[in-house]
Amino acid sequence: MNSETREQQLRVEVADWMKGHLTGEFACLKYRGGPGDEEAYPALRKAWERELAAGGWTGLGWPTEAGGRALPVAEQVIFHEEYARAGSPGRMGHIGEGLLGPTLIACGTQAQRERFLPGILAGTQFWCQGYSEPGAGSDLANVRTRAVREADGAWRVFGQKVWTSLAHDSEWIFVIARTDPESRGNRGLSFLLMPLDQPGIEIRPIRQLNGGAEFNEVFFDGALAASEDLVGAPGDGWRIAMTLLGFERGMSTLGQQMQFIRELDWVIDTAHEAGVAHDPAIRQRIARAWAGLRVMRYNAMRMLAGADDTSAALSREALIYKYYWSNWHRDLGQLAMDVLGPNANIVDTADEKRTRLQGVFLFSRADTIYAGTNEIQLNIMAERGLGMPREARGTL
Amino acid sequence: MNLALSEEQTMICDAAAEVLGERSASAAVRHAIEHTAGRDEDLWHTLAGELGWCALGVPEAAGGAGLGALELVLLMEQMGRRLACVPYFSTVCLAGAALSQCESGQAEAWLTRIAGGEVSATLALHAAVRFELRSHLSDAVPVRAVQTANGYVLSGTLDQVFDGATADLLIVPARIANGAQADAQTVALFEIDAASSGLIRTPLVTLDATRPLARVELHAVEVSRSAVLATGREVELLLSRSAWFAALALAAEQLGGAQQCLDLTLAYTAERVQFGRAIASFQAVKHRCAQMMVEIEATRSAVLGAARAWDDADCTMGAVPKDVLADIAIAKATANDTFRFCAQEAIQLHGGVGFTWEYDPQLYFKRAQASGAQFGTTSQLLSMLAEQVIDRTAPHADASMLEGVGR
Repeated sequence: MNSETREQQLRVEVADWMKGHLTGEFACLKYRGGPGDEEAYPALRKAWERELAAGGWTGLGWPTEAGGRALPVAEQVIFHEEYARAGSPGRMGHIGEGLLGPTLIACGTQAQRERFLPGILAGTQFWCQGYSEPGAGSDLANVRTRAVREADGAWRVFGQKVWTSLAHDSEWIFVIARTDPESRGNRGLSFLLMPLDQPGIEIRPIRQLNGGAEFNEVFFDGALAASEDLVGAPGDGWRIAMTLLGFERGMSTLGQQMQFIRELDWVIDTAHEAGVAHDPAIRQRIARAWAGLRVMRYNAMRMLAGADDTSAALSREALIYKYYWSNWHRDLGQLAMDVLGPNANIVDTADEKRTRLQGVFLFSRADTIYAGTNEIQLNIMAERGLGMPREARGTL
Repeated sequence: MNLALSEEQTMICDAAAEVLGERSASAAVRHAIEHTAGRDEDLWHTLAGELGWCALGVPEAAGGAGLGALELVLLMEQMGRRLACVPYFSTVCLAGAALSQCESGQAEAWLTRIAGGEVSATLALHAAVRFELRSHLSDAVPVRAVQTANGYVLSGTLDQVFDGATADLLIVPARIANGAQADAQTVALFEIDAASSGLIRTPLVTLDATRPLARVELHAVEVSRSAVLATGREVELLLSRSAWFAALALAAEQLGGAQQCLDLTLAYTAERVQFGRAIASFQAVKHRCAQMMVEIEATRSAVLGAARAWDDADCTMGAVPKDVLADIAIAKATANDTFRFCAQEAIQLHGGVGFTWEYDPQLYFKRAQASGAQFGTTSQLLSMLAEQVIDRTAPHADASMLEGVGR
């Protein structure tokens, strides 16, 4: 069977499975739980993760010896596309499956893999990411959270993490902490795995400008990480943290685009309903938004054409992608409001389309800030993509 | 759909970059626009005659290499990067594209001569041809042909014809004025010898001196019956297809121009020292270069995607599918904006010297302005797209647009 036939079969298989399972108790999850809507039905979405696992839809890109299916990039992309096309909910398990799992496979011990990978694959253990701090946002290496080694080898952690998505719905957190008190910057950091349900950890939700609370502050006051829960050696933390970020190669990009298509469709429907579908200025903006979607599609295809080669440096098309989609999405939010006109200001949760578009308008302000602000993205593009001089480091 | 370049495609791209980097550097371009009316005969002889670049897209049956739109856009990108002063766009992307759709034997003979680099040619469309979803380009045909006992007599004026003053062969669409009643609106495609009596070709003085345009007047030009290359309904399709193909090729050329604006700026800002440091180290400069890169890569994705869509849909005959037209419209509109933005940024980031005749950004600035108005302006193309997506005259932005992405 050639790869094209196999891909076509997979496409049909995923579509059928989603159609068959996104029913009954799960029917209400359709189109829910994406960015800006992460608070929707957390318990039910965890049950959905177990349903996915039972169907064999977790660990698609993981190697078989780790319990995965070792599918090539093209087939993983098909899964994400069909997943999104079916309107399946935002994934609760993506931090464990997409980020921590691959990191343990690459850098963890055999014992760590045996302890953690099965729970991630089964959809029974959920993870969050403890990177950012109040003083370490764009300057990620400016970590103040510290870990002190106890006599038995365990690590006692003090400090604060912030913008921790899903912390309130997770069992575990991975943390970068300073284990060498004399160190600065990206040296002397270590990568620790910690259970969240223990004394010395407090999780406080952060209320966002859209009223929701998907992010949290996590406070550490002497909480413990067991000695066997250090990944790599002490001082390896930065390398491992960067390895983890390298796994975000845009496999789920096409699923995200599917959501954007749906949002643009709502904007167009709304333009007709609001009587502005003939306004020439609105028409041009909608046409531009559509053009942007096609550009994203072809850009993603260029990125994914090189995605099986994980050793390669990020190409220019991969470097621009986050900046491109996040600014596009922000513009779409503004366009949606302009199409709604005065009604954009009126909250009416019974009007689902309007509510979702208001959500896009508000939540998309975060898109150009998290995962590298616009300004950091431009620095990265200039330095890595164009070879321009690196930013000078300050001394404060 | 796979957007990875094959080894052969990468080779085409690299070879073109090398030849043009050497033979169409700034000095050569400036010599051509100051002394030879924007046509570098030596370079044309090399590209068309020795290197066989004109054979690239010509069907194999006519002695060409039969390669697709993707290979052509790679080559056009390099042409645009160096503002190559050769009639390649007019000969290959306009005349060649039109001739490949004619079924007549003499069209094939012309193609063979084009592929062999023996002649330059152009399709005499007005450069500012309007793009609309349901446009009939034949409505905009200003030349009338009167049928006589021996053939036809053609009269009319074409305002802005690419390389119209120098092309060896002019392909002119004309409306048959005195055909049978049913034929009243028939448009035919004529080959017009450059030496024809009654043909007046006047070079136009243009802001963008790197691409020669001419006014072509036909004052009762007599041609024989055999000068008809194609006639009837197929000419409408043929003109529309040729114009869209030209728009795609032009978008690729604009992409190359934008890329060169960025490359010139990177080189200049790396050398220019102020306040004791290269100005490339200032974030205000870096961010603007990075923004140029965003627009350029987005345009590259649009151009490569549209070219691949053209090849996959096999648009050589018949009407071009609407989704392919939309992809070309997006590529051209994006390229219009990107090239203008990058040329403007290049001038600004070069500072005072960016305003001089001596430095190159001005050449690109003028080319960007000119090509943004040729074969589809941004506002025309966006209006056309709006019709498709808002009025839903075509399968709009539904999930099917992502099909085939994984391959």
